[in-house]
Amino acid sequence: MNHRSLDVSALPSYKFGHASLMWWGLMGLIAIEGTAFALSVAMYFYLWSQASQWPLAAAAPDLRWGTLNLLVLLASIYPNHWTKRVSEHGNEPAMRLGLVISALFGIVLIAVRALEFTTLNCRWDTDAYGSIVWLLLGLHTTHLVTDVYDTIVLAALFFAPGPLEGRRRVDVSENSLYWYFVVWSWLPIYAVIYLLPRLTS
Amino acid sequence: MNPVLDQTWRDARGFFGTLAAIDHKTIGKRYLVTAFGFFVAAGILAALMRLQLARPENTLIGPDLYNQLFTTHGTAMMFLFAVPVMQGMAIYLVPLMVGARSIAFPRMNAFAYWIYLFGGLFLFIALLLDIGPDAGWFSYVPLAGPQYTPGKRADVWAQMITFTELSGLIAAIVVIATVFKLRAPGMTLARLPLFVWAMLVTAFMILFAMPAVMLASTALILDRLVSTHFYNPAEGGDALLWQHLFWFFGHPEVYFIFIPGLAFMSSIIPTFSRRPIYGYPAIVLSLTSTAFLSFGLWVHHMFATHIPELGKSFFTAASMMIAIPTAIQIFCWLATMWSGRLDLRTPMLFSLAFFFILVLGGLTGIMVASVPLDLQLHDTYFVVAHLHYVLIGGAVFPLFGAWYYWFPKLTGRLMSERLGRWQFWLFFIGFNVAFYPMHHLGLQGMPRRVYTYADDMGWGPLNLLSTLGAVMIAASVLLFIVNAARSRRGGMLAAENPWGAGTLEWATASPPPAYNFERPPVVRARDPLWEPIGEPPAEPAQVVGLAERTREALVTTVLDAMPSHRLVFPQPSIWPFVSAVMLTALFIGSIFTPWAVVWGAVPVAIAVTLWFWPKRGETLEHLALEKRP
Repeated sequence: MNHRSLDVSALPSYKFGHASLMWWGLMGLIAIEGTAFALSVAMYFYLWSQASQWPLAAAAPDLRWGTLNLLVLLASIYPNHWTKRVSEHGNEPAMRLGLVISALFGIVLIAVRALEFTTLNCRWDTDAYGSIVWLLLGLHTTHLVTDVYDTIVLAALFFAPGPLEGRRRVDVSENSLYWYFVVWSWLPIYAVIYLLPRLTS
Repeated sequence: MNPVLDQTWRDARGFFGTLAAIDHKTIGKRYLVTAFGFFVAAGILAALMRLQLARPENTLIGPDLYNQLFTTHGTAMMFLFAVPVMQGMAIYLVPLMVGARSIAFPRMNAFAYWIYLFGGLFLFIALLLDIGPDAGWFSYVPLAGPQYTPGKRADVWAQMITFTELSGLIAAIVVIATVFKLRAPGMTLARLPLFVWAMLVTAFMILFAMPAVMLASTALILDRLVSTHFYNPAEGGDALLWQHLFWFFGHPEVYFIFIPGLAFMSSIIPTFSRRPIYGYPAIVLSLTSTAFLSFGLWVHHMFATHIPELGKSFFTAASMMIAIPTAIQIFCWLATMWSGRLDLRTPMLFSLAFFFILVLGGLTGIMVASVPLDLQLHDTYFVVAHLHYVLIGGAVFPLFGAWYYWFPKLTGRLMSERLGRWQFWLFFIGFNVAFYPMHHLGLQGMPRRVYTYADDMGWGPLNLLSTLGAVMIAASVLLFIVNAARSRRGGMLAAENPWGAGTLEWATASPPPAYNFERPPVVRARDPLWEPIGEPPAEPAQVVGLAERTREALVTTVLDAMPSHRLVFPQPSIWPFVSAVMLTALFIGSIFTPWAVVWGAVPVAIAVTLWFWPKRGETLEHLALEKRP
């Protein structure tokens, strides 16, 4: 049989965005974690619906550190966006700088987050309100820590000697994308933890 | 056999090579064998329960052990057998059916398998140590809470969830990415085999359902370990919160066991009816609508609680609606068979049994979907009968059919048809003898999960009958094992396509080589192997131009499967295994102390980093092939 063949040898070795396999893996991850966040918020509302007053027996969490975290998170979008752009254009020195700045932002955020835990005005074992607030904040912190660690590893990879494949830049681009998720998911969680108890009391 | 490609794509041999293996066929087979092992183990627990119930006031098994038996039986069947076995089928078959050289993220896929294996062993080792969970497979609070289940039994259950759901979620991402990005050129979504559609729908359901049970069980562990109060009504928590979260997962779970069953049906029926499936678009739409509906049914497991009556009516209506897409598929299959030429081989017998048993299970489902009847039947053997008719009819019968159907692809040999028929009839009759009487026992008021009953209740004869049925099922499964073991060595040799089927997994050798296809196919029809023979078509039939000495595969676009780029796939690696071992230590440690999460994370992070870190030699090799976009 003399079949005609489709020659793919001229195709590129990697692509950015939704053309890449990695993007779809990341979207799967975001779908899972987005669901977990949404369900945790639903838990918050469910427990609230069972309570006669809310918060059950505490003042609403102090605004200071949580709001600072919100502002720093929003500001961190810019270096991440920049890193994503230069990674896609193949400007490696700029990308290294971007990774370092993004990682530094992350470390500041983790430090602020630690302070945030001290001003929640409740403990996880006081009552169900305390439990769900700590769960929400803890869940978001897990994402924060993982992505900052991820950024540090990527930065180390690009500073390490030796050649690197072009598709490692896709990893940088996807890492920034995941950071957007960490930032945007904070908005509803911030609103639930800090604003809702104030609106109602 | 192409020796160059074989060298490139083969997993290494030896002990180390076994632990580092990432070939999706190897991992898929491991899933199938492991899941079957758990099926047999959980089946033995069921047999023990049936022996205990065979006569009134029996003293073979005491109440404490009995609680552990039914909990571990249900837990293992649902979490360690039914879901993973379907994912194992997908992991083995989906890349072959879409004409890919590899599955997406093969190392993650191997990692998911190890996590699943360790989680499953954890449950059974706990049972052997007398700390098996004992609060039922849905582990309701407050019974499973710190007050009523001190000790570690409920924690074992909750952490087993973490293991299996993590593994299931990873496998779901792997399947979705494979289906979306690694299809053969020309395999548009409209040409996707129904098997692959069903596995894709299942994977999406897993993404949105499994987080609910992980969250619920994490909250349970927190309540038990660090005194949070999610489920403690005394401190503002709520016990029904558990039921909502659990069933928000639990009902879709039934469908991600059942939809792969439909996938097998839609593969087996066209092949043995000798015609393409009738109503392909209707079946795809039914699968997707079943998936959507399944997320709106969870409250029908909670009709016996204090939720509002209006809510109950809504969920009754939603539950009845599920009959529509199911019926559409059943009629499509009936139409396929009616207009086809039937060949009643063993896989087809198991598929036909689906019609009988699932329809009965569906009918009792409509019964318990109505609130007044459910209040009467809740927690009785009627429900036990219903759920076994649905799950065994909807998933296990098609699964056995699938085993006979794809066995030649996995091993290169056919299973014995004679033993297959014996096994089928033993299973079919044994199943009905075991579970049909339970409907009557339930109507007579026998509650589920009791370890014994008084003589004067009059339940003795039907229970004895049911136990006899269980013995027949056991004999049937034993016969299956004998058949598989004998056929693997001495069965009739199978060619590429022993059944004359139409999908791509039959276009390669049996068993397939490590690289799946020497020349990846280009697809021009829905059933590529049933294309009419005539003029050689103008379009190409195969892909060339991929590297042979490097693991290079073609990535295509999501909707139309147009060639997009060539991606280099990873080599086998020991790090997924090591990472899984480290994570297992973290998971098990964290049911004893919360600090295990902190300190246990360090070795996990190190292992995962080493896993990710590129090797210099491989990088140079890949750079030589690299073309910038």
